[in-house]
Amino acid sequence: MSSNLNINTGSNTTVSPGGLPSRRNTELAMLVFAVLIPVFAYANVGLAKDGSLPAGMLGYGLGLGLLATVCHVVVRRWAPYADPLMLPISTLLNGLGLVLIWRLDQEPNITTPALGGAMAPGQLIWSTLGVALFIGVLLFLKDHRVLQRYTYISMVVALILLILPMFFPARFGARIWITIPGVGSLQPGEFAKIIIAVFFAGYLMVKRDALALASRRFMGLYLPRGRDLGPILAIWALSLMILVFETDLGTSLLFFGLFVIMLYVATERTSWVVFGLALSGAGAVAVASFAGHVQSRVDGWLDPLARENGGVTETAQAMFSFGSGGILGSGLGQGYSRLIGGIAPKSDYILATVGEELGLTGVMAILVLYALLIERGMRTSLAARDPFGKLLAVGLAGAFALQVFVVAGGVTGLIPLTGMTMPFLAQGGSSVIANWALVAILLRISDTARRPAPAPAPNSDAEMTQVVR
Amino acid sequence: MSELTLTVMRLGFLAVLWLFVIVAVQVIRSDLFGTRVTQRAARRNDARPQRQQAPPQQRQQQQQSSSRRGRGGRNAPTKLVVSEGSLTGTTVALQGQTISLGRAHDSTIVLDDDYASSRHARIYPDRDGQWIVEDLGSTNGTYLDRTRLTTPTPIPPGAPIRIGKTVIELRK
Repeated sequence: MSSNLNINTGSNTTVSPGGLPSRRNTELAMLVFAVLIPVFAYANVGLAKDGSLPAGMLGYGLGLGLLATVCHVVVRRWAPYADPLMLPISTLLNGLGLVLIWRLDQEPNITTPALGGAMAPGQLIWSTLGVALFIGVLLFLKDHRVLQRYTYISMVVALILLILPMFFPARFGARIWITIPGVGSLQPGEFAKIIIAVFFAGYLMVKRDALALASRRFMGLYLPRGRDLGPILAIWALSLMILVFETDLGTSLLFFGLFVIMLYVATERTSWVVFGLALSGAGAVAVASFAGHVQSRVDGWLDPLARENGGVTETAQAMFSFGSGGILGSGLGQGYSRLIGGIAPKSDYILATVGEELGLTGVMAILVLYALLIERGMRTSLAARDPFGKLLAVGLAGAFALQVFVVAGGVTGLIPLTGMTMPFLAQGGSSVIANWALVAILLRISDTARRPAPAPAPNSDAEMTQVVR
Repeated sequence: MSELTLTVMRLGFLAVLWLFVIVAVQVIRSDLFGTRVTQRAARRNDARPQRQQAPPQQRQQQQQSSSRRGRGGRNAPTKLVVSEGSLTGTTVALQGQTISLGRAHDSTIVLDDDYASSRHARIYPDRDGQWIVEDLGSTNGTYLDRTRLTTPTPIPPGAPIRIGKTVIELRK
């Protein structure tokens, strides 16, 4: 179908009955753009570091282009009415992430064998796996409502995924990894966020009337009955347990926040947000006062210039990066974010590299891209016709938004730093794979939502009756 | 690499990044600013099939009717006007497309009316360009003047179509 169909005739104001075009060609154009930008960035890094175009540029561009093409063809064939923006934005963020990791790989002092060596090739493989999962979801998930059948199974699976890391040794101060000897390690929390969104959507769809209607009005707030507080308290307890036993503020915030968001959307009661904020505030303060790991994170947040191992904290170093970047940045490949040390610049602190080399302008662009992706998710939710799809889309977009907020907030010093990764941008296999799956589910919901409604069935009476003029 | 080249690349990259953002915002402009309300220009015969929703045979009909309407009726109505109800004053140009009415959000005219069904009625041109109103099995019925519709019925010029509290007329 051609693009926006707006036809103007006559002489006065018209509300055009715009049917939804499929916008696949728009998506293709945006995808080409989204592949070219990282290739430009790659060339830029090469020129800045060695004064010549990097050797792998052609192969790298072709690889990213190939992935994008395959995605586009699959979407065109199996989800023709899906949203036109989500795929290009994800591709661009993933491509930029690969470039940034490759750029940090060029720094010898943070690419020693002890720290895992070069990570860009591995990340490219993870991205390919992510795209494969993306395609798999679009091929095998014909209708998102199928997920509704697995409401309680997904609860169990999500709980297992959340609890499992407790039995594995902590890495970098947090127990959020499962280590399988010989295969590698994986962060189950990333997958759990999708699965638990399915559970919340299925559960709240059934229970929302009870949670919304039975309430008393008090000081402009609808106070829920005591027994209706059960679910929110249970999730709160669970998230606190994650905080205590896995010492990971990010995962904990993500799950509780996700539940509060979905509860609010399902019931339209502001009181749940008030309760949620109060509970999470109380819980975080209580845990931070006795759990050592959380406490050190909070201390680093409150006093970033405190001395630690003979230098300032990583939080302060990230802030120095942002500061030296200024408005326009130092240019790709010309920053000093390697000084943060360890592998943190490639994972948790990748936004600091963006801030230093692309400046405030670049960070804003990246954040707006995330915001656009989240907006498309919310928009999908508004357009979805079934309550389960609406809640699921809100949940997935909300989880994504929370994750971006938690990481960006942590790196910029707004909230204490947490152990999560910037979706698509940061180094980390689980994160990339899970987020591609998340985008695939959102695309599936938006395809169902934007698909034109079937025409009304012809009336059998109408065929037999002569129309009288 | 010279300092100048790198500076140009640095600024160029930021420009390209923002260009992507701006293009993306352009793509979703209709989301941000709502349904587009356009000032109609004088391109009367330029009607193309509009809604994807229309099934193929209906689309053919539309094309035929719009081509006929060009030479056909001076009598043919050109717009649909909501004369009573919460949408009073809304007009929709009649260009050979089917107009659906109902509470469903994808209707051409979304009725915010407790007495309307989600897919309440539709108004479409038949092969001769005559506009027909058809009730789509609504709960509370569609009324042409005072009579409740049971079959698709041609709309006489100026006759009020009543759906709940909303009244619609076709005008020239």
